[in-house]
Order: sequence, then C-alpha cells, then structure tokens
Amino acid sequence: MKVQMLSYKRLDSPIHRLAGSTKLIFFALWSVVSMITYDTRSLLAMFLFSLIMFALSKVKFRDYSFVLYLILFFFLLNHIAIFLFSPHEGVKIYGTTHELFHIIGWYSVTLEQLFYQFNIMLKYLTVVPIALLFILTTDPSEFAASLNRIGVNYKISYAVALAMRYIPDIQRDYQNISFSAQARGIDTSRKEKLFKRLKNVVSILLPLTLSSVERIGVVSAAMELRGFGRHKRRTWYNAKSFTARDYAAFAVILIVMAVSITLTVSNGSRFYNPFV
Amino acid sequence: MAKRNGISISTFVAVGIGSPLFVILGRFGSIPSGLPDTNIETTYALLALIAVLYGPIAGVLVGLIGHTLKDAIFYGSPWFSWVIASALVGLIIGLASGRLKIEDGQFGGRQILKFNLFQIVANVIAWLVVAPSLDIFIYAEPVNKVFAQGVVAGAANIVTVGIIGTLLLLAYSKTRTRQGSLTKEV
Repeated sequence: MKVQMLSYKRLDSPIHRLAGSTKLIFFALWSVVSMITYDTRSLLAMFLFSLIMFALSKVKFRDYSFVLYLILFFFLLNHIAIFLFSPHEGVKIYGTTHELFHIIGWYSVTLEQLFYQFNIMLKYLTVVPIALLFILTTDPSEFAASLNRIGVNYKISYAVALAMRYIPDIQRDYQNISFSAQARGIDTSRKEKLFKRLKNVVSILLPLTLSSVERIGVVSAAMELRGFGRHKRRTWYNAKSFTARDYAAFAVILIVMAVSITLTVSNGSRFYNPFV
Repeated sequence: MAKRNGISISTFVAVGIGSPLFVILGRFGSIPSGLPDTNIETTYALLALIAVLYGPIAGVLVGLIGHTLKDAIFYGSPWFSWVIASALVGLIIGLASGRLKIEDGQFGGRQILKFNLFQIVANVIAWLVVAPSLDIFIYAEPVNKVFAQGVVAGAANIVTVGIIGTLLLLAYSKTRTRQGSLTKEV
C-alpha cells in the first residue's frame, strides 16, 4: 500500500527562503481574495502570477504530479454535476442567452454556462498553485513557529506540529493493523460486499483508535511532566526572522487584494459580465 | 489531568494525535457507497469519539486541522466550506461531552440516545445548512446541486457516526472501570 502524499523537500529557491509565517499569511489572504472575487480579469491575472511563482520555486513535477491528476479528475466530476443539476446557471447570472446547440430536454449548451463554469474552474485554479507551494516549500517544524508568530496560541501551534509529525506514524500503525487483519482473512478491499467490508473496516478502526487514545494519555502525561504549558510564551528552535523578501511578499499580496477589491467594487458585482 | 488556564494539556495532545488519525482514516477509511460521489466516511466516527472524550475545543480543532491537512496533502488544496462544516460537527458533538460520563465507564441506552441526538443535530446543521450555504456564497455553485450533495453527505454521515461511532464509544467505555464497581469484602 504505497500512497503518495505531498511533503516538504529541502531546496534552495526564493520561495523556500521566505519565512513560514509569510507564506501562511500570503496563502490565507490569497485564498480569501480568490473566494470573494468572481471577476474573470483579476482571477486570470492571479492565476498567471501564481504560475510564475510556481516556476520560481523550482519544485519538481514528480513531487506533485499525482495530485494534479486527482484535481483534474475532481474538476471533471464537479463540472459534470454542475451542468447536470443546473445547465442554465450561467444564463441566470449573466442575464443573456447565447445558445450554441441543444442537447436534450432542458439541456442545452450556452455561452453563458461555459463562461460560468470556466470561472468556477479559474477560481479554484488560482488557489491550487499557491496551496501546493505552501505545502511543498514550508518546513513543518518551522510552520508551528510561524503559526505562533501570527498570533495563534502556542499550544494550538504545538498541536498542529504534533499532527504533522504523527501523520507517518499513524499511517504505519494503520498499515500494520490492516496487514495483520488481512492475514486473519479480514478483507477491506473492494472485493468484499459493502456491509461485510464496512464491518471489516470497523475491526481495523477499533484497535487503531483505542491505541491512539492510549497514546494521547501517554504523550500528555509526558508533556505535563516536562512542564508544557506552564508559561504564557515559548520560544521556537526553528523560527525565522523577516527579511526584505518577506516584506516584498506582503506588499504583493496587499496590492493583489486592493486591485481585485477595487475591480469588484467598480464593477458593481462579483461577476465580470462580457455579454452586455 | 490537572487543569491549567481552563484547558488541559490532554486536549491539545488529543488534537495533535486526533488530526493525523482524521487524515489517515479520511484517506483510507472511506468506502464508496455505490452512489456516485458519496462515501461512507468512517473518519467522522473517529471525530465523534475524540469530541466526546476530549470536549468541544478538541472536536472543533480536530475537524479544522484534520480536514485541512487531509485536503492539503492528498488533494493539493483545502475546500474551505467543507472544512468549516467538519469543524462544526466536532464542536457540536463535543458539547455532548459533559453530559455523557463515558470516563466512568457508563455508556448505556440513555447515553447512546443522547449521543445520537447530538450527532444528528451536528450533521444536519453542518451538511444541510452550513456547507451548502458556504458553497453558494463562496463558489456560487448551483443551489440544487449543493443541497443534493449536502443531503447525501449528511445522511451518510449520520448513519456512519450513528453505527460506527456508537460502537467505538461502547468499546471505549468497556475499557474504563465503572464508577462504583468495587464491592466491599467482608
């Protein structure tokens, strides 16, 4: 059971050299902007910009290619679902009808619908490169320090650091339990019938969660004994301080926010309408 | 555990270990139900267990951090409307935590009923109200599509948590010593 997941790789690039907190703030604000705006022009500009940053980061294609395929697959499903449920959503939003061709019943392809679905895709695509960059170029242990720096309580930051650190451990536990279950003839693959399969998954779930609850007890006792949480603040071994590069990144995200909000406001609507 | 500043350390450790569990079960523990685009997500049974054992703060944080990490490392980008819905499920089920004395090994008919009442309310609010509304507000997706998705996801999660979550809690309560189970020898 070899499963690929996105993970940090140490590289040297302008993006890698940014402090973790800079990248976190950039990613958060970028997501907010792309959620608010539906303006095709600013979404396109943002998408192009994110691609440039992606190129700057020197991350290798094979480190994230599998995710790309997954994303494309979900895109396809989602867009088919949108069209099946509401083939005239675009007409409703943009107020005009330019029918291209008729399919069957109330299903027909309109320019408006195509443009609307193109916008949904774009909206999602503008976040993907930045999200990928954030995951691929941020050292997990520096990440905890940066969460704390932007004002998140250090105990929560520490919990996030623990979470990232335990993912491989829990995955190994899951595999061990799953293998030993399979050795006893408990099959959780698609060959089994739904109900039986569910029952078999529960037989993996049970030892996994109960042993994890046990582990929570042990780890919290250990941390309690070492005086974790005694003081209001703590320092971080991996903290990075801000450099000129970080301030430049902040400037960029502020400009992006300002421009796209101005566009939305001056447009009078979240949607850019090329049809009128 | 000793309490300091109101929140015990075990709450944060529960978040630190519960979130990766949510991630791994979210990836490997979801079974396609046969209907397209709907899975039986066993990971929500785990979220319910953590929320009941460690309270609403642990619940909301495991939902939030676990779902964000799962989306981020396996799918490349978090889908925020559903992340927020997961956090809400953890929060509301966590509110039941104080009313169930599961640490004392008591998990009988009344507690099972109470737990399921909370989980149904949590799932209905999260998947039938919050997630679709956010999808419409953020992504401007078609109304009927997101509500159809919400109804299916909500129903699947209610059944999953109702059956597997209850089983997990029963199994856990059996590992605890019952309060007042000692008898005096004469």
